Amino acid sequence: MFGYTFYWSLVWDAIPELLAGAWLTVQLAALSMLLGTVFGLPLAVARRQGEGRAYRLATAWVELARNTPTLFQIYMMYFGLGALGIQISSYWAVLIALTFNNTGYLAEIFRGGLAGIARQQLAAARSLGLNQRQGYLHVVFPQLLRIVFPGYVTQAVWAMLNTSLGMLVGLQELSGAAQSAQSVSFRSFEFFLITALIYYVIAKLIEFGARAVFWRWLRT
Amino acid sequence: MIDIRGVRKHFGNIEILKGIDLDVNKGELLCLLGASGSGKSTLLQCINGLEPIQGGSIKVDGIEVHAASTDLNMLRQRLGIVFQQFNAFPHLKAWENVALAPRLVQGKSRREAHEIALHHLAHVGLAEKADLLPSRLSGGQQQRLAIARALAMKPTYMLFDEVTSALDPELVGEVLDTMRLLRQEGMTMVVVTHDITFARNSSDRVAFLHQGTVAEIGTVSQVLGQPRSEHTQKFLRREHC
Ligand SMILES: Nc1ncnc2c1ncn2[C@@H]1O[C@H](COP(=O)(O)OP(=O)(O)OP(=O)(O)O)[C@@H](O)[C@H]1O
Ligand SMILES: [Mg+2]
Repeated sequence: MFGYTFYWSLVWDAIPELLAGAWLTVQLAALSMLLGTVFGLPLAVARRQGEGRAYRLATAWVELARNTPTLFQIYMMYFGLGALGIQISSYWAVLIALTFNNTGYLAEIFRGGLAGIARQQLAAARSLGLNQRQGYLHVVFPQLLRIVFPGYVTQAVWAMLNTSLGMLVGLQELSGAAQSAQSVSFRSFEFFLITALIYYVIAKLIEFGARAVFWRWLRT
Repeated sequence: MIDIRGVRKHFGNIEILKGIDLDVNKGELLCLLGASGSGKSTLLQCINGLEPIQGGSIKVDGIEVHAASTDLNMLRQRLGIVFQQFNAFPHLKAWENVALAPRLVQGKSRREAHEIALHHLAHVGLAEKADLLPSRLSGGQQQRLAIARALAMKPTYMLFDEVTSALDPELVGEVLDTMRLLRQEGMTMVVVTHDITFARNSSDRVAFLHQGTVAEIGTVSQVLGQPRSEHTQKFLRREHC
């Protein structure tokens, strides 16, 4: 109708590269979410203290991560560090930047959730002889993850889509792989369609997977 | 024994405890009465170090609770506490609630802790509820779960902070029964309550708190029968009508 003829066979031939890219995308999203959680939890606790060094560090982290472009954060890791003579691969640059970014967003999500957990829960844990760390780890955080789960999953999808910025520092994640493949064939439209479809499928898998996890393990 | 001398506590500029003197003897049940805001809950939380104090001293079996050198996590194993608000851990089954501290604090294996948990759940009449989440338990059952959870650490003392006042009236009895059972077994107990009948029938001694001081302390017949303090008299008149 628009005088455009689809050539799918070229895309079909590039599927192995695209899937390899998709795998990298999933891997980066998962790792940066995992690390973001590990850092975000203590940051949220520090933020709730409202004063002190830990609070100021946490606040600076959250402010920077949430109020500067993700792309800028990746560039800082890749070109910024490079200018200082520290060379890291695009993979590590993207992983570190996305972890930094996720940590900031997750810390705020967690902070909101902490307000919803009765102070009495930690007091009850402490009264049994658990120390502060055990109280958070075994009593507060497990409840927190349940409370913030919807926001957490949204962030996971967002992190996964954000990995596409890796293309701009030469990473062969899904977008990068699609870019390389289409530049050989010049069939951009087909490649972009298929790539978007793969992103969509991954996002839906995260969503349904999360729902299954919640249903199986996190109901109270 | 618990030895409380001249304890002062403030929140900001407001002094809540103004020099509390109190003993709790081994094997007795001491009831703490007092109007709302008189500092009863605060005192209990000072006893097990959940709240710091600004003056005086609290000794539990000779150990200074608020000394910097005191290992509070060790000391707290001697002091079980049950709060007014239900605070079962909602993400853990009943038995896991009880087993958590034995595992983490006493290093018991999962199997040992499971056995301990079942034992104490049976003790408070919750044997069949072991595998349920707290959300499936009634308020009275949740409070008994909290008692079992505290007992699992083999405390020498049990502190109760108005554990029945958030309960529907028909559920109060089962919790009081559990407390009477502990009493018969010789547990040393400090019970904050508004329930004069329970105080009269079940305690050895009664202390009356008024605005952060102990207005009166003595046997049940002294304090509830012939109260000397006008604050106690007023309180008793009000609670009776
Ligand atoms: N964390 C806190 N910060 C500031 N003030 C507090 C805090 N906890 C308690 N207070 C105040 O201390 C006073 C005593 O409180 P407490 O809870 O000990 O009283 P209570 O005798 O247990 O009363 P109730 O019978 O209502 O439970 C109250 O005026 C209360 O507002
Ligand atoms: Mg109180």
